[in-house]
Amino acid sequence: MSERIYVFKRFERFWHWSQAALIIFLMLTAFDIHGVYSIFGFEKAVAYHSTAAWTLIGLWVFAIFWHFTTGEWKQYIPTTEKVVAMMNYYLFGIFKNAPHPFRLTTLRKHNPLQRLAYLFILVCVGPLLWVTGGLYLFYDKWAAWGLGNLSLEWVATGHTIGAFMMLAFLIAHVYLTTAGHTPMAHIKAMITGWEEVD
Amino acid sequence: MKTRLIKTTLALCCASWLASGPAYAEETKPEPKPVKLTTTADHTKFKQLQKTFDSGPEVTKACLECHTEAAGQIHRTKHWKWEFMNPDTKQVLGKKKVLNNFCISIPSNYASCTSCHVGYGWKDANFDFSKEENVDCIVCHDTTGNYRKPPGFAGNPVTRDTEFPPGSGKIIKGIDLSKIAQKVGKSSRDTCGSCHFNGGGGDGVKHGDMDSSLAAPTKAIDVHMDAEGLDFTCGTCHKSSSHDVAGSRYTPTAKDDKGIQVRGKAGSGNPATCVACHDNAPHKKEARLNQHATRIACQTCHIPTYARGGIATKITWDWSTAGKRDKDGKHITLKDAKGRITYESRKGDFTLAENVKPEYAWFNGEVKYTLLTDKIEKSEQRTPINRMGGSPADGKSMIWPMKVFRGSQPYDPVNKTLITPHTAGNDDTGFWKNLDWDKAIPVGMKDSGTPYSGKYDFIKTEMSWPITHMVAPKDKAMGCVECHARESRLAGITGVYLPARDNNRLIDTAGWTIVLLTLLGVIGHGTLRIVTRRKN
Repeated sequence: MSERIYVFKRFERFWHWSQAALIIFLMLTAFDIHGVYSIFGFEKAVAYHSTAAWTLIGLWVFAIFWHFTTGEWKQYIPTTEKVVAMMNYYLFGIFKNAPHPFRLTTLRKHNPLQRLAYLFILVCVGPLLWVTGGLYLFYDKWAAWGLGNLSLEWVATGHTIGAFMMLAFLIAHVYLTTAGHTPMAHIKAMITGWEEVD
Repeated sequence: MKTRLIKTTLALCCASWLASGPAYAEETKPEPKPVKLTTTADHTKFKQLQKTFDSGPEVTKACLECHTEAAGQIHRTKHWKWEFMNPDTKQVLGKKKVLNNFCISIPSNYASCTSCHVGYGWKDANFDFSKEENVDCIVCHDTTGNYRKPPGFAGNPVTRDTEFPPGSGKIIKGIDLSKIAQKVGKSSRDTCGSCHFNGGGGDGVKHGDMDSSLAAPTKAIDVHMDAEGLDFTCGTCHKSSSHDVAGSRYTPTAKDDKGIQVRGKAGSGNPATCVACHDNAPHKKEARLNQHATRIACQTCHIPTYARGGIATKITWDWSTAGKRDKDGKHITLKDAKGRITYESRKGDFTLAENVKPEYAWFNGEVKYTLLTDKIEKSEQRTPINRMGGSPADGKSMIWPMKVFRGSQPYDPVNKTLITPHTAGNDDTGFWKNLDWDKAIPVGMKDSGTPYSGKYDFIKTEMSWPITHMVAPKDKAMGCVECHARESRLAGITGVYLPARDNNRLIDTAGWTIVLLTLLGVIGHGTLRIVTRRKN
């Protein structure tokens, strides 16, 4: 007997999908700027990338406000509980049709591995991209801000490292959305807000 | 009352609509520009000029009757002295002193070279620079286009039909100085161009960014000089003061951080820079370009190629092959498919090009010349005729476009100096007549006062010319990818990180490896899930 619980609220879903679209677009333009291919061309790619970055910053302002006012930020507090069980599940259990070791509730909607992964993105990859990207945007102000000795090469390299990590995360993240009860369960939940649980 | 108010309002509306009409019409149908009266004096009315002039100095004397101080002003300028001391390097430069790798040098060749001197009669080293009537007013103030100073006459115009060279059967037609003098006016692109378009011995030869296409250029050739648009003359930027023309190739302004030159503002520098009008942050729409402008000269992006007016510029000149004769012992001239001379017995081999992409270098405005007193060493490296100072770290340098002119020219392998050969001249020792270096070099070296060992060889040289003219309209400025790409125009520029050119290869490899492994991981995991699900 399964029951349906409301996991993802309307703003959260809006935040997720608009952020997903922005990040994918940022990546698309990023590797254009990087010279991997030429879809928009360097000049337009730079302009679009900057606009998308500012839009994402705007979105985050709302998202951060939402997380703190709703207390949802607690969803990202890391835990070691069931981490091993989750890893065992992904490495072995999932192939033997074993039961999912984590039962999600509205208070714990991310499994322990998700918590760790998202926290890593929030604490490491995100800030790396924000800080280096922000500096990149304000390159002409460095001297005025007393950052004259900063190396553009280091900033650019840091931004590139962040981009590669974000791309790797995106691939793993998209794949793991299919690791629910049914391949589409998690994706449906992110669209409708409702997730079926056992 | 109310009706009147409505009527008045309507009338006002109509009036304002009509008033806005011409502005709209101007956009769709450009009105021809009115002829500008550039002078308040009609020189045809002056008695002093209503006579026959047999020589240039006679005209100058007439000019000086009213313009009493003009010659004195000219006497203080580089245009007159052809000598200039660089205040930073203390090198004594000027046309009289420097060498180049085109026609090389002036000593012993005065009568030919000084056809571009603002004076009359500089035929040898004994020219009297103090004589006021030796100043040539007309060469800069002619408006007729008929004034000529043929090479070989030491800067004098020819007033009576003259056979030149004597015995050649070629007649140089005399010009009527009276008519020309009565039509003097402001200097123009044509007057400046009569010499500066022809540097190096022909149209467009030397500079590449200055040739006769600038006499009446289209907007595409030069956005400022556009004859049907802004119609700048040279003097619009190269503002003269007391006959001294602003701008210098000996002490160029590589970086101008002084902003717009406001009248009366103390400490103003060179008025001929882009910044002097456009300020240091001229890009209104794209602020990012203003940050580019802190390290990159405006010219770098705004002059994407030079020699754009359909006139080729010389790119190389190899003097070492000069002197060949055909089987009849005559001089040889070879031309390419476009009729451009590629070989002359008198001068050697040339290459020419149009729409040339400049080379780029960090440049801080310091130019050091290799003079006759400097020792040079033949090696794999080309000997620089002028060394352009600059580095990414000195805080004074900008990335500048350059025409780098490469050649091979005579030098003395024993004394290790450059050589000033006697080229022009209708005499037995002139190289252009007799093709004999052994005769030409001692004469030239004696005139320049340089010891000569009696031995000559050829040395490879290069000379840099900062590109600054032929500014393209903004929509034709260089695109980002010209520099921001692996195959970058700025490939040789170090000390600056260029996104897309300087990506860290190690990070790229590591990054793509991680991405690929992740992708393989999820594909493997997914496949395994599908396979095991079927089994179960």
